[in-house]
Amino acid sequence: MVDTLRGRLPRVRAGGPLPILAILGVLLVLVAIRQPDFLAPASLMSFLGRSAPIILLAAGQYFVIVSGEFDLSVGSLVTAEVVIAARLIDGEPARTWPVVALVLASAAFVGLVNGLITTWLRVPSFITTLGMLLILVGAVYLWSDGSPKGELSEQFRRFGRRAVEGVPVLGRVPYALLVVLVLGGLAVMLMRSDFGRTLIAVGDNARAAELSGVRSGRARTIAFVLSGGAAGAAAILLGGYSGVSFQAGSGLEFTAITAVVLGGVALGGGRGSVAGAMLGALTLELLFALMNFSGVSGTVRPAVQGAIILLAVAVTAARSPSR
Amino acid sequence: MSALSVVARRPVPGVYVALVLTAVIGWLVVALRGGALFNQATIVSLLHVAAGLGLVAVGQTLVILGGSLDLSVAYVVSLSTLVAAETMNGGNGALLPGVLLALAVSAGVGLLNGLLIARARVNAFIATLGVGLLLKGYLDSGYDGPAGSTSPGLVQTLGYQRIGPVPVSFVVMLAVAAAAWLTLSRTRFGHHLVAVGGDPEVARLSGVRTDRVLVAAHVLCSLCAGLAGVYLAARLGSGAPRVGTEGLYDLESIAAVVIGGTALAGGRGGVAGTVGGVLLLAGIDAIFNQLELDAFAKQVVRGVVIIGAVAVYARRAVRKGRW
Amino acid sequence: MLALAGCSTDEPATSASGPPAADAGTGEQSKFFVRSDYEAELAMLGATATGPAGKPWEQVLNPSTVDTASFKKAGPHKICFSNAALNNPWRQVGFKTMQAEVETHRDQISEFVHVDAEGKDQKQIADINDLLGRGCDALIISPNTTATLTPAVEAACRTGVPVVVFDRGVETTCPVTYINPIGGYGFGHVGAEFVAQKVKPGGKVLALRILPGVDVLETRWSAAKLVFDRAKVDVVGVEFTDGDPAKTKKIVDDYLQRHGTIDGVWMDAGAVAVAAVEAFQDAGKPVPPINGEDQLDFLRLWKDEGLTAIAPTYPTYQWRTPVIAALRILDGKPVSAPWKLPQPTITQENLDDYLDPQMPPLHYAMCGCTGLPGYPQRWK
Repeated sequence: MVDTLRGRLPRVRAGGPLPILAILGVLLVLVAIRQPDFLAPASLMSFLGRSAPIILLAAGQYFVIVSGEFDLSVGSLVTAEVVIAARLIDGEPARTWPVVALVLASAAFVGLVNGLITTWLRVPSFITTLGMLLILVGAVYLWSDGSPKGELSEQFRRFGRRAVEGVPVLGRVPYALLVVLVLGGLAVMLMRSDFGRTLIAVGDNARAAELSGVRSGRARTIAFVLSGGAAGAAAILLGGYSGVSFQAGSGLEFTAITAVVLGGVALGGGRGSVAGAMLGALTLELLFALMNFSGVSGTVRPAVQGAIILLAVAVTAARSPSR
Repeated sequence: MSALSVVARRPVPGVYVALVLTAVIGWLVVALRGGALFNQATIVSLLHVAAGLGLVAVGQTLVILGGSLDLSVAYVVSLSTLVAAETMNGGNGALLPGVLLALAVSAGVGLLNGLLIARARVNAFIATLGVGLLLKGYLDSGYDGPAGSTSPGLVQTLGYQRIGPVPVSFVVMLAVAAAAWLTLSRTRFGHHLVAVGGDPEVARLSGVRTDRVLVAAHVLCSLCAGLAGVYLAARLGSGAPRVGTEGLYDLESIAAVVIGGTALAGGRGGVAGTVGGVLLLAGIDAIFNQLELDAFAKQVVRGVVIIGAVAVYARRAVRKGRW
Repeated sequence: MLALAGCSTDEPATSASGPPAADAGTGEQSKFFVRSDYEAELAMLGATATGPAGKPWEQVLNPSTVDTASFKKAGPHKICFSNAALNNPWRQVGFKTMQAEVETHRDQISEFVHVDAEGKDQKQIADINDLLGRGCDALIISPNTTATLTPAVEAACRTGVPVVVFDRGVETTCPVTYINPIGGYGFGHVGAEFVAQKVKPGGKVLALRILPGVDVLETRWSAAKLVFDRAKVDVVGVEFTDGDPAKTKKIVDDYLQRHGTIDGVWMDAGAVAVAAVEAFQDAGKPVPPINGEDQLDFLRLWKDEGLTAIAPTYPTYQWRTPVIAALRILDGKPVSAPWKLPQPTITQENLDDYLDPQMPPLHYAMCGCTGLPGYPQRWK
């Protein structure tokens, strides 16, 4: 996919998924040495399932970043949607599907607002989404009086917690993994479409893209809607995985951006693939699991994470021409 | 293009109009409820809050003007309180060494940030996020709570001394802001910094050593955060490993800068606006305190103010931001 | 409007903290560990409280009364409260309980001023200073951080207004009284004793903590360490969850994989207890002996799944006591200083007493609020 893009847009370089595949491979080897049975189907499936929300967030963040923008609001959007879902469902199984639809629609709407403020009002997206982060957290705390209310139904939690049982070879395949495979596939296809090329062109050089007839504002707004929608889907999976809490999405915006950058996508736009971004998320999750397996003290983890991000990005930066 | 004219073009940023309006409306609303917004205790509290945030935000202004950004300031603040308080160890003898060491360590972090961004060409967002995580790892694993003890002499002066209702710390903050203003408007470094933020390519072609300028800006930014740490150590009486992150000095300082009219993309704005932005944020704090309104509602207000302020500035500016 | 004073200072006196202690086994003790406090708290676990029966928020353990005649003042009073934060369900339940308590004293309290520091030391110092200028008759403080709020509390004491501190303490005895339940050592000890008893020597115990550096939580872990070292159980990990249920489940999942089985789980706070239990269920493993807290979601899961569990508590009814204490002080009546409240434990035997089906999952059962105005709607 990246190769075809390179053919059409000769200025797009680097950011292919190869480096991240290499890092992922190294981590897999390290995990296999440390914890051989991790690679058994059962545990691998459960690992992929629990990594699903962050992979979705990384894919959503990718659209925004490749178009040259930022979305800092996704973490609090996830929290807001989980809390909203719990209060609306309030333990009633019958409300599950309407609430799922509402979560996806409202999250996409928040993305639309982000996009419109950024493109129409010309507010830098860093600021738009920082403001939105504050507004969402404040509003959801206000609405729920400071403490989440209600309960998610078992039917709602199923998406993030349960699995298709009895699959040959694999054993149990988490629903979350199926969701990621479908949505991830759609994301890859979308980036191969005209829209994907437009988005990369906008992120690479908005003015040049506009001069060649691209409606860059519209493309970027759609990217924000996609990021919002991905956050909605992630909220459904995450709420299902771990239940309702105000901590549900805290800090996930930085995790998602880190994953995207780790996947070889350049902040500032125009370079990198959505597959790389999703692999970046998987790599990050694998790194956290490796630290759990190796008994790395919880307090040192941020330092390890910071060092790896800096290293990965510095190496990528050294390999690619400066902008 | 003279950088001086860019800085001087907006001598009284719109934020001061908003500040006066907020003060008048806040005073009226509080008065209607039988309170007094401008009593001495409230003013003192407001100026103390503004002093801490102001020091960080003035530094943040410098890097943002140069087209960069610093997300590590919150950790630098915490680190600086600890270095200062542990060096002083409760005595006045080590007061000066403590302050100097705290500033030196902070400057070292700034140097690292600057080199990563200017030399290793790591995106500022990722570089300072990564350095922030490194510092977080160090603070979390090295400290399980407040440590050290600040010199009583420093506590008495910088921490609690005031001239009428004006704390010494606020005067220090104004002095730092004035120095930054002079640097930006009267020195070659200042002109170069604004030029680099405006268009690094043009700046390079006209002979500006952009790398050096950016590194210097980051060192100054971290120095300001370090000074804020020294002030907080004086205020708290000891070093506190989480005071910076709890205070949200990273995002709040960026918010203050952009509310003050400095463009996130760099090249436009100044410290006068930032001081106004800091006072506006602290003023909103004071009004909400007086009215005993929910802190969550305040978050929503802040979010709206940040987006709204930048939207207003964006309408005025013809040139479009990078983010 | 703006009273201009001359050159003045609000500077407080500084004070020193207790010395740290070292211990072997699960590693060094944190500098929060003070052996005398630890021993005192453990002794209090077995002590009998004095005070009205059935009202633990008015009871006192080991009372030592102080005279407050000098604070006597005619009512009604303006009572001010500087709150560390309202950012978690425990503090929400507590604050609602406090507001309801204030309502029962409407004849004596003309105004109740509440300021939320949003978890920021710097803001709380400013808040306290701000409140001092607003003519409060009594000042209640729930400090955000013990060491760093001490100077501000001392400055408040010096203005002569009666100060009542509760929850986390300060390193000064200048407030009229300091109210809290037995404390972190007691909490950590009860949970760890239970887990250690159920686990054979050499059994694998996972310790899940919220975050480092909060004294209430550090003391809980300090006490648990001593228990685990003595019982010779194998503490296979001490992990920080940030109170995030997803992170908790991942950690437990990975530890299950790494060690095959986990024989016991100890937690320094109940917020993620349900997530920890779910991790075992989702992995198809039996849930080992575990401790939680008095949050209803955990209590219900305990009952429904027949867990082997215990719930030491840090009761939210302690939010009622500062209001009661402040009014007594303004009445000139003696109060106990410190005011140690009983700290009940929920066990298999009394579990049913605390299961209230009408309350939301994140409600804390030990709120002592069932008789207060607005129950249950206010807490929903």
